[in-house]
Amino acid sequence: MIPTIPQNRTMDIAFKVYVTLFFIYLALPLAVNAVFAFNDSQFPSLPWKGFTWNWFFGDAHPMIGVFHERPILRAIGTSIFIGVCVSTLAVIVGTTNAFLFNRYKFKGKEFLYFLMLLPLVIPGILLGISILVFSSSIANAVWDGFKWDIEALRPGVLLVVLGQFSFIATMATLVISARLKTFDKTLEEAAMNLGAGAFTAIRTVTLPYLLPAMIGAFIVAFLMSFENFNTTFMLVGSDAPLTIAMFDRLKEGSTPLLNAVSLLLMVGSSALALLMIAVQRKK
Amino acid sequence: MTSGRSLGFYLLLAPVLLWLALLVIIPHVDLALVSLRERVGVGQYALSPANYLTFLNEPLYLVTFARTAVMSILATIITLIIGFPVAYYIAKMARGKLQPILFVLCLVPFWVSELVRTFGWMILLRETGIISSLLQWLGLVSGPVELLYNDAAIMIGLVYTSMLFMVVPLVTTLSSLDDSLIEAGYDLGGSSASVFREIIVPHAMPGIVSGCIVVFMLSLGNYLTPIMLGGKDSLWFTELIYSQFIVRFNWELGAAFGFMLLFLSTAIVWTALKLSGQSLEKTMG
Repeated sequence: MIPTIPQNRTMDIAFKVYVTLFFIYLALPLAVNAVFAFNDSQFPSLPWKGFTWNWFFGDAHPMIGVFHERPILRAIGTSIFIGVCVSTLAVIVGTTNAFLFNRYKFKGKEFLYFLMLLPLVIPGILLGISILVFSSSIANAVWDGFKWDIEALRPGVLLVVLGQFSFIATMATLVISARLKTFDKTLEEAAMNLGAGAFTAIRTVTLPYLLPAMIGAFIVAFLMSFENFNTTFMLVGSDAPLTIAMFDRLKEGSTPLLNAVSLLLMVGSSALALLMIAVQRKK
Repeated sequence: MTSGRSLGFYLLLAPVLLWLALLVIIPHVDLALVSLRERVGVGQYALSPANYLTFLNEPLYLVTFARTAVMSILATIITLIIGFPVAYYIAKMARGKLQPILFVLCLVPFWVSELVRTFGWMILLRETGIISSLLQWLGLVSGPVELLYNDAAIMIGLVYTSMLFMVVPLVTTLSSLDDSLIEAGYDLGGSSASVFREIIVPHAMPGIVSGCIVVFMLSLGNYLTPIMLGGKDSLWFTELIYSQFIVRFNWELGAAFGFMLLFLSTAIVWTALKLSGQSLEKTMG
């Protein structure tokens, strides 16, 4: 409360109640999701049939736990692989973009910056279908011309990586640019005055300064990739990442196995998010 | 600094050009060409607006299109109304350590995938779900009630899923509002309502606009929430695009649908920016 403004007690209490209700609303779906991972029943719903770890460690039908469910484990592996590829690419391109937009003046810079922002306001499903159509056009043209079938251009992991990268790169650019803008360029010049080449100066002075933002961008990119659905859904092939695999299961009817996977996801992404906060603090 | 065209400049220019050209611009041009062709024979296509005419002449498509737009706008307004007081509380009323803690708590649900959040709502809302059981236990209803598979459930899900993207920009802009301006408003005899209308809202405008744009885009392009929480009759436009592409394999019509979606989102975002006097670079960058 702003101290000098006359306090209105009713208003104050109303605000507190409202904010409390709001946080209950935020927490509720996640809380029930987590709790039912431990229900000793075939369905994630009431009645409560007792506590069990079987949905994590169970190895006998009908309660096969996450750690014994091969398709789910494979889907998690696929998701991690895609996430690492997308984040690595996004951080590299984000860093080059940050230098380009911060350090150079050129014709059409503003237009290019505008284009660079566009992927954020294009619906994800459109990025998915446009990349799907374009890659099949190329694959078909190559087939017609040379009778080569380029498997990689058909729906699958490569297209998912490219599709997710197409908009996550914008986010990485914004995060890394924001950090580069606050960099004191005289430090770089000092390094060069002391005899370092431009490349050495950037590598030993500027990049270490950017590192927290690059790590932050990597983690955010990984989380965005891991949980992306709309773009991925249009480009996915036979090896589905976790969100798609869970979606297919959920359509067939849910068991607490999905709650167990959800809980693991919550723990995993919270850990990553805390790591990111720790990295940002250190700067 | 450097205005000459050095090798370094071209090395930095190459990734952004490759990315935007190969993954954004050319694919969309290709998609536009596909949407403008009509199959006239085996492997033979002619340029024609037939797919767009199909869209305009089929009431089901038009109704779904309008319904998706209206529900997305509604979801945006509800998210703004629910989120604004929370953002104001976090930015202006919470003191000391409480402020960053509340802010981080707001972000927590969004670290997990939308699928997990939607699944949580399904557990809560379905016939055998928590809320139905609670209502029966309280004696408010006599039998199980189905709260899932209707438009209200979709709305709850959409608002929930987008909340972060409203609260964060609002907190950011509201934090930058100097407390003394609010005090001055009161000192000059303003009531709470007039201070809110004349000082707080105009200052928060960039945050309101960027929050609304993102929430609207997310709702419009959403697929999971309407599919999982909505009933059989509650169609969503992305669902039509998906079914043309994957189920019916009619890419031409699917591409035309895609462009209608892009047109709708661009039109509404552009209108919002014009009405509020903001620009895309300012609100997003």
